[in-house]
Amino acid sequence: MTTDLGKDGAPLLAVDDLHVRFDVRGQDVRAVNGLSYTLAEGETVAILGESGSGKSVAAQAVMGILDTPPARIARGSVRLRGEELLGLPERRRRAYRGDRISMIFQDALTALNPVFTVGDQIREMYQVHRGMRRKEATAKAVELMERVRIPSAARRLGDHPHQFSGGMRQRIMIAMALALEPDVLIADEPTTALDVTVQAQIMRLLAALQDELRMGMVLITHDLGVVAGVADRIVVMYAGSVAERAPARELYARPAHPYTRGLLASVPRLDRRGAPLVPIKGAPPNPAALPPGCAFAPRCPRAEALCSAEPPPLVTVAPGHESACHFAPEVHGAAAE
Amino acid sequence: MKTDEPGVPGPEPAVAAAEPAAAALAVAGGEIGRASLWDDAWRDLRRRWVFWASAVFLALVAVMAAVPRLFTSKGVNEGCDPNSAKLGPSGGHWFGTDLAGCDYYAHVVHGARPTLLIGVAVTLFAFAIALVFGMLAGYYGGLLDALVARITDVFFGLPFVLGATVILVAFPSHGVGAMTLVLVLLGWTTMIRIMRGQVISVRDADYVQAARLLGASDARIMARHILPNALAPVIVVATLNVGNVIAGEATLDFLGVGLQYPQVSWGLQLNQAKDAFVDHPHLLVFPAVLLSATVLSFLMLGDAVRDALDPKLR
Amino acid sequence: MWRYVLRRLLQAVPVFIGTTLLIYAMVFALPGDPIQALAGDKPIPENVLQTLRERYNLNDPLLVQYGKYMWGLLQGNLGENYTGQKVSEMLSGRWTVTAQLAVTAWLFELALGLLLGVWAGLRRGRLADTLVLGGTTLLIAVPVFVLGYTAQILLGLHWKVFPTAGTDDGWPMSYLLPGMVLGSLGLSYVARLTRTSLAENLRADYVRTANAKGLSRARVVGRHALRNSLIPVVTYLGVDFGSLMGGAVVTEGIFNLPGIGQQVFQSIQLKEGPVVVGAVTVLVLIFLLVNLLVDLLYGFLDPRIRYE
Repeated sequence: MTTDLGKDGAPLLAVDDLHVRFDVRGQDVRAVNGLSYTLAEGETVAILGESGSGKSVAAQAVMGILDTPPARIARGSVRLRGEELLGLPERRRRAYRGDRISMIFQDALTALNPVFTVGDQIREMYQVHRGMRRKEATAKAVELMERVRIPSAARRLGDHPHQFSGGMRQRIMIAMALALEPDVLIADEPTTALDVTVQAQIMRLLAALQDELRMGMVLITHDLGVVAGVADRIVVMYAGSVAERAPARELYARPAHPYTRGLLASVPRLDRRGAPLVPIKGAPPNPAALPPGCAFAPRCPRAEALCSAEPPPLVTVAPGHESACHFAPEVHGAAAE
Repeated sequence: MKTDEPGVPGPEPAVAAAEPAAAALAVAGGEIGRASLWDDAWRDLRRRWVFWASAVFLALVAVMAAVPRLFTSKGVNEGCDPNSAKLGPSGGHWFGTDLAGCDYYAHVVHGARPTLLIGVAVTLFAFAIALVFGMLAGYYGGLLDALVARITDVFFGLPFVLGATVILVAFPSHGVGAMTLVLVLLGWTTMIRIMRGQVISVRDADYVQAARLLGASDARIMARHILPNALAPVIVVATLNVGNVIAGEATLDFLGVGLQYPQVSWGLQLNQAKDAFVDHPHLLVFPAVLLSATVLSFLMLGDAVRDALDPKLR
Repeated sequence: MWRYVLRRLLQAVPVFIGTTLLIYAMVFALPGDPIQALAGDKPIPENVLQTLRERYNLNDPLLVQYGKYMWGLLQGNLGENYTGQKVSEMLSGRWTVTAQLAVTAWLFELALGLLLGVWAGLRRGRLADTLVLGGTTLLIAVPVFVLGYTAQILLGLHWKVFPTAGTDDGWPMSYLLPGMVLGSLGLSYVARLTRTSLAENLRADYVRTANAKGLSRARVVGRHALRNSLIPVVTYLGVDFGSLMGGAVVTEGIFNLPGIGQQVFQSIQLKEGPVVVGAVTVLVLIFLLVNLLVDLLYGFLDPRIRYE
């Protein structure tokens, strides 16, 4: 662990009221509207949402790798052990990236540079951040590749990304991200591009490494199945805002937002065998023209006049369980039956 | 912004629904998609001054080529007076006179026809070859495709100006027809390569598969579904190609292996006057400016069309 | 890698044969007397024509003619002109001039083209980008001989920045202006390719990864994005070598540089067809060879190609 622990009691990572906007040909697109969550050491927080819900943009804002412009962080704060990251000079920010806070991406084939060997790409972490010589960095890279269980690591160091299978490529991606033993790992759809059997292996590997390094992990996904086994807490995002926030078990057992309920009803679950699958009607709103009230109202089965007039606040329905719905207590209550 | 993540998994469509869905897909890919692509492109094009500037200039040159009498009352090599050779621009001779004392303006006007004719004809022939053989090779693949690819490689191995020079030196005729033939021979490869690549990329698209599922014939699939969706990049390259052919043809005229006296073209005019450029720069300036502006217009037109057709390049 | 090299070499064989056969057939197998056609309307004594007909084996079947011609070519026999002088001798002292010109033009287009391309690619949609795009379109549109005369008259004669013609000042001074004229077309394409390719690669996923790794902007652009952007540029440099040699004929003619191109230029004016055919065939062969080398280099630059 690194030295400056910041203010006592500060969480490992705290994202507070984050707003990200895009300027797309003069249109103001609100991609993230007030996302907040905290992450403790060794904990996994899942950010769940469909495409366009702003979850990836939010992650890139936390990493500080959004292209600005067109993106703009309009409001909010991101604190790592109490130290505010937004507004840090780029040099400081860059030194944290990959070192104290790391990220892995969905498709390792495109996320790795096709013209460099995987050895080059892993070594680069040690050479740039630690000023190591090539030889020393090579030794570390081999060690690392063994750690993510790549067979005959030393020999494969000189291979290019396209020579690996999908699962092996994602392992290399993970090795690269964990090279400097970061405090926080952001995993953006780490298994979406993989076969189901390989998905499980990768998730197990991530969990094991997380334990070893006492990392906090932010797991970004659209896949309820991936979340179920690994997340401690879940943040459900819809149209750039938090729809619901709860401990994982609680969320599955008693969803307090109609959107979450819809998500759970639309995927097959072993514990609800025989129950009909119900899709959520309609499509997510255009982030350039969000409706004035609750963004989910047009698709919501229990929307009332109030919903399209006023945006719902986050209300606490149980300890640690919040929902941004005008009827949160009712939905929560109904789910218990 | 990221938009390519797969959405929350919804229920799989029932198998019974596959056929109407396939029909809808085929329609969407083949017809609605095409109409909106060209509509959008046209709407975008209309707003570009570059498009209008080049279109207007090219229209002017086209009229010059079609009806030179609108611009000048003199014919080719008509009313030349050796005693008033190499005069600078004046009220009587707007562009001055050439080495033989002919009115330079009249010559420049008459030079438009062969230049434009060869540029457009070569491109049209190459376009037709690309359309037919690129489509067949890309669609059917196999032996035909391999054959087309190898022949293309051979012709692509010949650099344009060098290849044309060596062929034209021995060529029995140097008229507009002969020039067109030789330039088609050397220039047909670019478009067919692009056409073939496009057809291959579209061939396996869902809406083509859907059309096949519905029992459409090969000919119908090629004409209704693949062609409209493969055409855009080929049209862009064709537009740029007209400019390149005109520049190449002018170079061959200039070298002396292209059109010959008593024909008139901008390249040939520049060839004939090349030893007098230093003392009489107007002999260089007028044909060169028209030639360059014509080529430039085709290039800008092609660029504008490409930008309009391919919004993600903006 | 060696499999790639071998395959590429094997692929080059049919192209090599096809291209030379094509030239040969177009020159010697068209209807009419090719020897007379090569002379144009220039009067040639009958006995000279007869000698040439025998020299080119025109009484044999086409493929045999071609075979004998190629065999001679590979041994350095490029044919003779109408007075019996060997073409290879006419060209012998000229290679260095053309090589110096080609190298000057190549360096110019590569260095300035990359520079402009990177500049525009990093500032896409802004003034720098518009300037580079507009300027290069203009350069592409102006035929090389127009550009050559204009540059010669303005920069050579009027402002006396460069020598007007000839090689009296040696390399590099005498070759600068012709080199820039010759390289201008390639420069434009290199700049445009680099710009488009860099702008595309800057949006690639692996650039986002490089940023997430905490690399400096210079390293992300200069190492990760640029290396990928160079792949299409290198491919283009091979193709460009062909237009470079075509342009050399024009440029050496205009600037009076005593190279291969000037020989071709003058031979066309003097209607010395056999000289043109011999010299240009050699240039085409060099072009094919350079292209092959560039393709092999491409295999080194893009590892994905090697293992296909």
